Amino acid sequence: MYDFNKYFEAETLDEAKKILKENPNAQIVAGGSDILVEIREKHIEGLELMGIHKIKELKEISIDSEGTISIGCMATFHMLENNEIITKHIPMLGRAGGVVGGPQLRKVATIGGNIANGAVSADTATSVWAYNSQLVLESADGNRTIDVKDFYLGPGWTDVKQNEILTKILIKKEDYEGFSGEYIKFSQRKALDIANLGCAVICKLDGNKFSDVRIALGVAGPVPIRCKTAEDYAKGLEVTEENINEIGKKAVLDGKPRDSWRASKAYRQQLIEICSQRALTKAAQLAGGK
Amino acid sequence: MSDVLKKITFTLNGKERTVEVDVRKSLLDVLRDDLELTGSKKGCEVGECGACAVMINGESIDSCIYLAVWVDGKEVRTIEGIEKDGKLSEMQQAFVDEGAIQCGFCTAGLVVSATALEERGEKMSKDEMKKELSGHLCRCTGYHNIASAVDKVINK
Amino acid sequence: MNFTQIGKPLKRYDAAAKVTGKAKYAGDFHVRDMLIGKIYRSTIAHGYVKKIDISKAKALPGVVAVITFNDTPDIKYPTAGHPYSTDPKHQDIADRQILTNHVRFYGDEIAAVVAENDLIAREALRLIEVEYEELPVVLTVEDALANDAPEIHKGTKNIVGKMNYEFGNVEEGFAKADFVVENEFETQTVQHCAMENHVSYAYVDAQDRLTVVSSTQIPHVVRRIIGQAFEMPVHKIRVIKPYIGGGFGAKQDSCIEPLNAALTLAAGGKPVLLDLDREESIIGTRVRHAVKYKIKTGVTKDGKMIAREVSLETAKGAYASHGISPVAKQGTAFIQMYTTPNVKFDMISVYSNAPVAGAMRGYGIPQINYALESHVDDVAAKIGMDPTDFRKLNQVKEGDADPKTKLKILSCGLEECIDKGKELINWDEKRKKYANQTGDIRRGVGMAEFCYGSGTYPVCLEIAGARIVLRPDGSILMQVGATEIGQGSDTVFSQMAAEVLGISTDQVYLESTTDSDTTPFDTGAYASRQTYVSGAAVKKAALECKSRIFEAVKKRKEIAVEKLDIKDSQIIEKNSGKVVMSLADLAMDTYYSRENSNPISVDVYNQTKSNALAFGVTFTEVEVDIKTGTIDVIEIYNVHDSGTIMNRQLAEGQVHGGMSMGMGYALTEELKLHPETGKTLNNNLLDYKLPTMMDTPDLGVEFVETYEPTGPFGNKSLGEPPAITPAPAIRNAVLNATGVSFTRLPMNTQRVFEKFKETGLI
Repeated sequence: MYDFNKYFEAETLDEAKKILKENPNAQIVAGGSDILVEIREKHIEGLELMGIHKIKELKEISIDSEGTISIGCMATFHMLENNEIITKHIPMLGRAGGVVGGPQLRKVATIGGNIANGAVSADTATSVWAYNSQLVLESADGNRTIDVKDFYLGPGWTDVKQNEILTKILIKKEDYEGFSGEYIKFSQRKALDIANLGCAVICKLDGNKFSDVRIALGVAGPVPIRCKTAEDYAKGLEVTEENINEIGKKAVLDGKPRDSWRASKAYRQQLIEICSQRALTKAAQLAGGK
Repeated sequence: MSDVLKKITFTLNGKERTVEVDVRKSLLDVLRDDLELTGSKKGCEVGECGACAVMINGESIDSCIYLAVWVDGKEVRTIEGIEKDGKLSEMQQAFVDEGAIQCGFCTAGLVVSATALEERGEKMSKDEMKKELSGHLCRCTGYHNIASAVDKVINK
Repeated sequence: MNFTQIGKPLKRYDAAAKVTGKAKYAGDFHVRDMLIGKIYRSTIAHGYVKKIDISKAKALPGVVAVITFNDTPDIKYPTAGHPYSTDPKHQDIADRQILTNHVRFYGDEIAAVVAENDLIAREALRLIEVEYEELPVVLTVEDALANDAPEIHKGTKNIVGKMNYEFGNVEEGFAKADFVVENEFETQTVQHCAMENHVSYAYVDAQDRLTVVSSTQIPHVVRRIIGQAFEMPVHKIRVIKPYIGGGFGAKQDSCIEPLNAALTLAAGGKPVLLDLDREESIIGTRVRHAVKYKIKTGVTKDGKMIAREVSLETAKGAYASHGISPVAKQGTAFIQMYTTPNVKFDMISVYSNAPVAGAMRGYGIPQINYALESHVDDVAAKIGMDPTDFRKLNQVKEGDADPKTKLKILSCGLEECIDKGKELINWDEKRKKYANQTGDIRRGVGMAEFCYGSGTYPVCLEIAGARIVLRPDGSILMQVGATEIGQGSDTVFSQMAAEVLGISTDQVYLESTTDSDTTPFDTGAYASRQTYVSGAAVKKAALECKSRIFEAVKKRKEIAVEKLDIKDSQIIEKNSGKVVMSLADLAMDTYYSRENSNPISVDVYNQTKSNALAFGVTFTEVEVDIKTGTIDVIEIYNVHDSGTIMNRQLAEGQVHGGMSMGMGYALTEELKLHPETGKTLNNNLLDYKLPTMMDTPDLGVEFVETYEPTGPFGNKSLGEPPAITPAPAIRNAVLNATGVSFTRLPMNTQRVFEKFKETGLI
């Protein structure tokens, strides 16, 4: 049995906001694949859970007339993998969803949970960041929309307040149109694993030159990061093996990996370089680069 | 603690059931302890081994990290509901025939996931099929005969 | 040999029960009012409990009992799944107590609770207050042997045991050699990770007997060990083994049963479930020994090894468990594999503050085989010989004798195994093709070979029992003491009985449950002994049953027994084939005849006083990603000489599983401890990397069938051997791909990266 005191089932979004406001010990459980594992590991005094499974609108993936894609927080990885809007416009996010854990987990685990709990290894966080997503946070006290770049505050710590729900993730047309991307999850196994390094790269070409390159890394620092140095350096460069190799080297300057028993700093730096290069090579190929 | 008890109604292996469950229980706990359906196994309790996989609305999930209350209104199928008319299903028979079973502890979960795959009705390459079943750990078989059994059924 | 049942790909008799979820494992029984037991584990690796306060835990509503080391008997007992030795000098080390105040590893068992449900039990554990007096943490051999090292077990100087011997004179051999090659190798700690954790439940039955239903490979031995732990006569104890979800050696040890017995006694005999979670199973049961090797070979220019020497050391964890056996046994494999006139072996095993090493599939041989077979490839490279030619020149063959036991090899298909493996992998062509590569992605092929005994003779007693009852319908009920743990032994035993008795396997009924009260004695499932040792008991029982059948026919029909045979459940005259009577008719008459009622039931034991080496090879092709250190196994084949193959499908299944375990051993599996605190860092299935289906290529299996005259049907061991050679074969394939000699397992990407950095490939 899981160790918590009370369970609320929110039937509507308004009800969910109300429950959170009135019950300061209540935490949202989405797919459960993170929080239930956490509860099993450690006792959290006074914990109460609120389920949001029954709120249909939170599962929606849609695109509006301006081309902004909206992904509901309760969209599972399995949905990301198979949704037509995602596979057509932002396929890299779908592929990232397709390498999280194992297939059974992908049927229940959600993008909202993946982003909101702030795990540095979250496979979708890098794509969400590479596409410069906006995150919509709603509460009984009002709603706000923040840029993903302002979202991560520290290891496992994000800018979601106790009374807020990360309801959706928005990606604007200008952030995906014309881009091609590749996500590399480097891990010890091909399934059921967490990344030693997650590397999401998208690029846009102008002729055979990079007009925009975005490199987002997971497990390369305390929170998911973007490689500003490498991205700035890349702009305007010809698509060549030498240039891509140099961009990968620059990405290492942006990374802040540390030594852990899972992998050393030096090795993670090697992975940053190699995975950035390989992902960018693939992304450039998809964009028609030579 | 009556506020931890909740009545839920769901379809279990084809039959509608209404049961009062402790909200703190996983679906696996309720299946094994309350309903005495012990075919689904507990191997890790964190969604890393797949021994507890059951189908919810036709999709295979790990019941150890799924709260029982969430099946309210849904359709659940466990290993005990895979047989057809008292006979082994084609997938079960393939597991038997291909020697895909050794100690049997991972078998229930794998048969459930493989059945969900079979019922999707898509043919697929061996690599695609392996990805679909990669949420199950097995320490006895090296997966070889399991892959053969599933391949035989879905690509017949 | 022409067999009617042996060799047939008979389906497992328990397959339907397992594929429908009907098979009941130890955690599946619904006993009324079952209570939950949980263990309080230490949060330090070494020290004493200065103070323990259980009052708050005891006061918690729903808690039935809380016990500590103060409540359990002050008795030390052994835990190893070995036959008891009547020679006190040869007995297992008794260094374990049910609960302890001397903490010897991070997670050691200090106290335990019994409660109405798991939540209450866990809350009770949180309410137990412990103060420790900490001692320095000993994790390495060097630490353990230091002059000022704290003793993990008093009076031992931290030494579990040593062994050394020499045949010939290695110093003279090295002096005569043209080349001497020396290496150091290191293997890691790994864990069995049977999908079913250690689980048991215990209660006191209506006849006041302590009953434990456990997931164990060794039910009869567990009964004896519980008796030792409580100084209780065995007739007071009953151990039952239902279906079991894999063991691989971790359940060849009595890890939880004595404590479970103590918990039910503390709860007034009520049933108590002790169901370890995965984290506990990984740290609190058994692991494989991590071993360091120094290995040296003298070789002549023409490729003959004339002197070999190995010295090995292991820090084996907090308790003796199987003692030095899994390390001492490595000497046998080292000596047996190649016929070298001068060989020397030296080992030491010490205690450390780490999870306890015990038996694991291959019992030490995967470790020494990794070191030896890696080293042999390096020696072959040194003198510029193809590794398969080099091995053929030096390896054992039929007629050779073990210098230590003097046992002679009576069947050996090793050379054919190599030839078959070369053909499967396309060895000659690929070795050439991959000789000098550059670039980021490189390929290589490699191989390794092994030999492995069948059972434990002459080191240990080999005894097995079987009982056959001819039932009124002519079918037989068979009971064996041997333990079905998933490997398929019961199915193979039914083939053996059917073979001898001239009946079909569907006329043989076997129960997977072993009950120490009702099933014949047998020491259990280990040492790849069951088809060889327990199979001999089954054959003996079936032969005796057959002769009893013929006696009964003689009584009724006056036909000499030597003229009779049984075919398809009909008793026939041997020469003419004429049916005398059906087995069913005879069986019925043995039960109900007014003159000759005497139902046939035989109960035999067989002591095996032989041993036979099984042989085999792994051939593999790998792809190495130089920049990331990733090794992918592209193709892999195991070829085995296990004598007669009893059941091809089950045999292949055993080989597949061993290959997978061997690949995990080679590439991803390693139990890691914090270097200062001794806390296990990755005791879960996310961080402990078992191979998944996507990591596993198609697994190729072939058999070279020889006939082993000492096996009951020409058969030899197969259970453990498949796990032995994949790791060195993969290592040797990486050598072929990159020219880099790896010396440490696992070859995970981090380590490969470091080695490539060191050797300048990156």
